[in-house]
Amino acid sequence: MSNPQTMQIQEISAHSGPVPGQGTQRAAKVCKYIDVTTCIGCKACEVACVEWNDHPFRETSFDNTYQTMASTEWNYWNLIKFVEHERDGNFMWLMRKDQCMHCEDPGCLRACPADGAIIKYQNGIVDFQQENCIGCGYCISGCPFDIPKFNPQTKKVFKCTLCSDRVGQGLEPACIKACPTGCLHFGTKQEMVQIARARVSQLQTESGFANAGVYDPPSIGGTHVIYVLHDVTQPELYGGLPANPVIPPSYTVWKWLAKPMGLIMAGLGVLAVFFHRVTVGPKLPQPEPVITEHPDEAESDRRETP
Amino acid sequence: MSSSVERIDREAREEFGRRGRTVVHRGELLRHPVYTRVLHWSVAISFVLSLLSGFAIYSPWLYRWLTPLFGGGAMTRFLHPWFGLAFTIAFFFQFLNWFAPMRWTSADSRWMRRLRAYVTNQEKSEPKETGFFNAGQKLYFWLIALSAILFLITGVLLWFDDVVLRWLVAVSYVVHDLAALIMLAGFIIHIYEGTAAAPGTFRSMTDGTVTRDWARTHHPAWYEEVAKNEPREDRDNRPTST
Repeated sequence: MSNPQTMQIQEISAHSGPVPGQGTQRAAKVCKYIDVTTCIGCKACEVACVEWNDHPFRETSFDNTYQTMASTEWNYWNLIKFVEHERDGNFMWLMRKDQCMHCEDPGCLRACPADGAIIKYQNGIVDFQQENCIGCGYCISGCPFDIPKFNPQTKKVFKCTLCSDRVGQGLEPACIKACPTGCLHFGTKQEMVQIARARVSQLQTESGFANAGVYDPPSIGGTHVIYVLHDVTQPELYGGLPANPVIPPSYTVWKWLAKPMGLIMAGLGVLAVFFHRVTVGPKLPQPEPVITEHPDEAESDRRETP
Repeated sequence: MSSSVERIDREAREEFGRRGRTVVHRGELLRHPVYTRVLHWSVAISFVLSLLSGFAIYSPWLYRWLTPLFGGGAMTRFLHPWFGLAFTIAFFFQFLNWFAPMRWTSADSRWMRRLRAYVTNQEKSEPKETGFFNAGQKLYFWLIALSAILFLITGVLLWFDDVVLRWLVAVSYVVHDLAALIMLAGFIIHIYEGTAAAPGTFRSMTDGTVTRDWARTHHPAWYEEVAKNEPREDRDNRPTST
């Protein structure tokens, strides 16, 4: 499952050549499973993320909740969203660990114009390669989860890597290792979906959460981070998780169809004017018509310039 | 155009005319004064830089070819909006400079109807009513004016895309590309018409002059107008600076 072989590159942003090593090995898809219903909001995952990725502790912001800051930042990739919710007259916490969802069809990668700035491994991890990033920020608008964040100092974009450096060495992501309640799991997509489904039926039959379900949105081909929610019909409740996340059509239709078409048209345009010159020829300045007394010459002149 | 704008343009023309000069030899006519030429090449240089740096980001096919010209992907991305801004400013002044002669007339509509005859070279000379600019040139001018506005709006949105709404960036991205393609189509035709398609045209933007034959062939109405009050050939033609 989580061994170096799964780190074969599967997709490269804005890449015109073949993808190296694609399809040479059968690679298992990895997945992080987050059981929102057993999260206690301890923030151990937040700290583990900051520690492993060697981020400095940054300023927090207080807005009358337990949430560390308003949203993830370029150097704060893992954030538990705290939502105070009322259900059947009773108060309840909705605590969702927010980070990159590692979409099967990543909007950031679709939007990226820089060759090799975003890659997707065969195991499903979507990773940014900052040395190739040009800082245009298109990935920010391509992401349906508002995850990539711009660092104005380096003019590069950063986000959760699903600890690709750890996964590549056969370790689980840092957040998983730190979680004390066991609400975080890591394994193959198949296994994680299985465990999540079992938890859902438990929630439905034993805990009275009839709408409990697995959040694995098919609109972007599923994600490599899945949630179990108390109420999967209202994902927006959990700090703005989109019910139907989509990549802007301009990044798929326009980029992969219309852009090559435009280039081909431009190339044909250049060829067209070249062959116009070769076939129809130039318009040369015409000499001044000669005014003459002899009708014959005037006639011939008229024939030349009808 | 308001009179204050006209005054800015006129004063710039006069100032450039004093500093630079255009030598008009016997048998030639002044076509583009110094100010117009400086504007044209400012627009042209900033346009080509914008085009190349933009095309580097436009398509993966061109990314590896064009980004090295500007010092890599990140530098290309950094420079492109500044090239675009330079283009917008240069074109703004050119717009003021050419706004009046680019006014569309009924003769231009008639010209457009015989576009096929023009393209296939069925007529060796332009119709008698073709003035300083023909309808094709005017169309190109107004297409650039339209694209420039689209470029400016969408370009600013894309420049600061980390703070602009997500859907707005996604839409701007398409509109910006469309404006580029419209402009590129015109640009290819423009270069061709200015060089290989009509010999004697290119010098009008370098030396500023054209031959009388050229003027009579391509812009008969303009020729008739200037030929009336041009200096006689048997007189001493002192270098004029306009």
